[in-house]
Amino acid sequence: MHDVAIEARGLSKWFGEGDTRTYAVREVSFEARHNEILYIVGPSGSGKTTLLSMISGILRPNVGNVQVEDVDLWALDDNHIADFRLNTVGFVFQDYHLFPRLTTVENVAIPLILKRRNWNEAIGEAMHCLEVVGLTGRAALPPNKLSGGEQQRVAIARAIVSAPDILIFDEPTASLDGDTGRKIIEFVKKEVLNEKRCILIVTHDNRIFEYADRIMAMEDGRVVGFNKGENRA
Amino acid sequence: MRGILKIAYKLLVNDKGKFAALLIGITFAVFLMVNVTSMFAGMMMKASATVVNTGAKMWVMDRAVNTVASSIPMPDYVLNAVRSISGVKYAVPFYSGAGLARLGDGTYQGVTVLGLDDTSLYGRPALIQGHIEDIYAENGFIVVADEELPKLHNPKVGTEFEINDNRGVIVGVAKVPASGLFGVPTLYTTFSRAIQYIPSMRYTISYVLVEPASPAAIPHIKDEVERLGYRAVTETEFVARNTSFYMWRTGMGINILIMTIISFVVGLSISGQAFYTFTLENLDKFGALKAIGAKGRELVAMILLQAGVTALAGYGLGVGLCAFIIALAKVRLKDYASIVTMRNLGLAFGMVVVIAGISSVIAVRKVLRVEPFEIFRG
Repeated sequence: MHDVAIEARGLSKWFGEGDTRTYAVREVSFEARHNEILYIVGPSGSGKTTLLSMISGILRPNVGNVQVEDVDLWALDDNHIADFRLNTVGFVFQDYHLFPRLTTVENVAIPLILKRRNWNEAIGEAMHCLEVVGLTGRAALPPNKLSGGEQQRVAIARAIVSAPDILIFDEPTASLDGDTGRKIIEFVKKEVLNEKRCILIVTHDNRIFEYADRIMAMEDGRVVGFNKGENRA
Repeated sequence: MRGILKIAYKLLVNDKGKFAALLIGITFAVFLMVNVTSMFAGMMMKASATVVNTGAKMWVMDRAVNTVASSIPMPDYVLNAVRSISGVKYAVPFYSGAGLARLGDGTYQGVTVLGLDDTSLYGRPALIQGHIEDIYAENGFIVVADEELPKLHNPKVGTEFEINDNRGVIVGVAKVPASGLFGVPTLYTTFSRAIQYIPSMRYTISYVLVEPASPAAIPHIKDEVERLGYRAVTETEFVARNTSFYMWRTGMGINILIMTIISFVVGLSISGQAFYTFTLENLDKFGALKAIGAKGRELVAMILLQAGVTALAGYGLGVGLCAFIIALAKVRLKDYASIVTMRNLGLAFGMVVVIAGISSVIAVRKVLRVEPFEIFRG
């Protein structure tokens, strides 16, 4: 196992052409390691989400490449990139994007079902993940019956159910109060992070900076510096 | 893929409000389409009642005849000429005309008079009262017990009446598969009595009914009759000719077609709009699935399943509702001319498939274009 989980080299992304060309990310290079929580921080419009999208196989960069476990991500075709996302990346979206018409356990099982696992088997594994996040008792409820913190944990369970190597959190604490936000990140650090896994968190919530191993600061689409986390447990 | 389709199914049916709106759209459209075309089919069945009730395999007629009700009398030699064609097992004359019956209370009622070949009574109806041989009795008529019977004051065996100033006696009551289109009671009698009682032209044979020796003989009989200057058609062809006339040369068909198209457009508008809204409201979910790793073809399969389930359920409900309404109407209105045929069902199904297809295409285009990046941006 390589120590480096993700290696991004010279990533640039712009929108529009000619006079209207606007850079969202400009020549960004960095590495993320296994067993590491890397924060990507910066003000709104600094390119955090665009960068996250490029390293998770969602948005194709105009220039640069992303290497994940010896695989040149953007050399793959669309179907293989979709497979890469399904097998290697777990997403926790800012708005969770849970399905209100499915039960909580069915929501968690979605990545396994997309991997063509048998329905009952997928539900069984999803139940196990709900146990990990402490929501077994909520399995049969639709997500909209759960609190914000609980929904966040369901989203985490969905992200880890297929045991991905890379976990991506987009503003995980944006809609949570400070206490719940901290509990969630503590939980992630304690229960979700492991030596095979790398966690990238985009945030501008400085209340949770203490849980980072490293913090990468961005501004105007460029990396402006790396800091060590303040309180690695 | 089954698990993915199960998710699609749950997303659809668990959204009860939207699913109900979709179902109502399709159900309403199917109901309208099946109802309108069933009414037309019912009317056509009635328009061809004489053909259906007689049951002759082939009909010989003047070339200008378009409907069974508007026969053009043929000379007697046609009957003999048809009988001499090889492949004809037997051929008999048949009379179809209109008379005026004077009832017991002095009122008049128009009637259709059908004259059966005196020798064979070929094409006779099934009797529910009386005996068929009584048709040979003096002034004997058999009345058809259909929805029009009360117009003759519900005559029974032995009831007397006048027809075109001749005495008539009911000697039997018959049941037939279909009653006529024009709301007129039907009387059967012998061919000879019919042409005696009903004023007619020099020629008297309305149709020659033919029993071919075998189905293989039919083309030859047709050719030979054509050579005589007349037309021979099978029972099915005659019904189709009837239908074609009413459909294209009376304006009825165009009206029905317009109604069917309106139903289709209404169904397409309601269902298309509802399905599009349903897809739009779930667009972020489809985007999330795409971000997680769902492929385009899996999302397409999900949408097709949702459209298919909605279409099939709506189709079933629409057909069921239509059948229920027709059955209900027939309890109260015996004359209600509406019949659900396989062709109607097929047409409505085809149109529902088109509605579901168009709705799906719109939804699929939208879903395939959604960028997972947009989900990230929130």
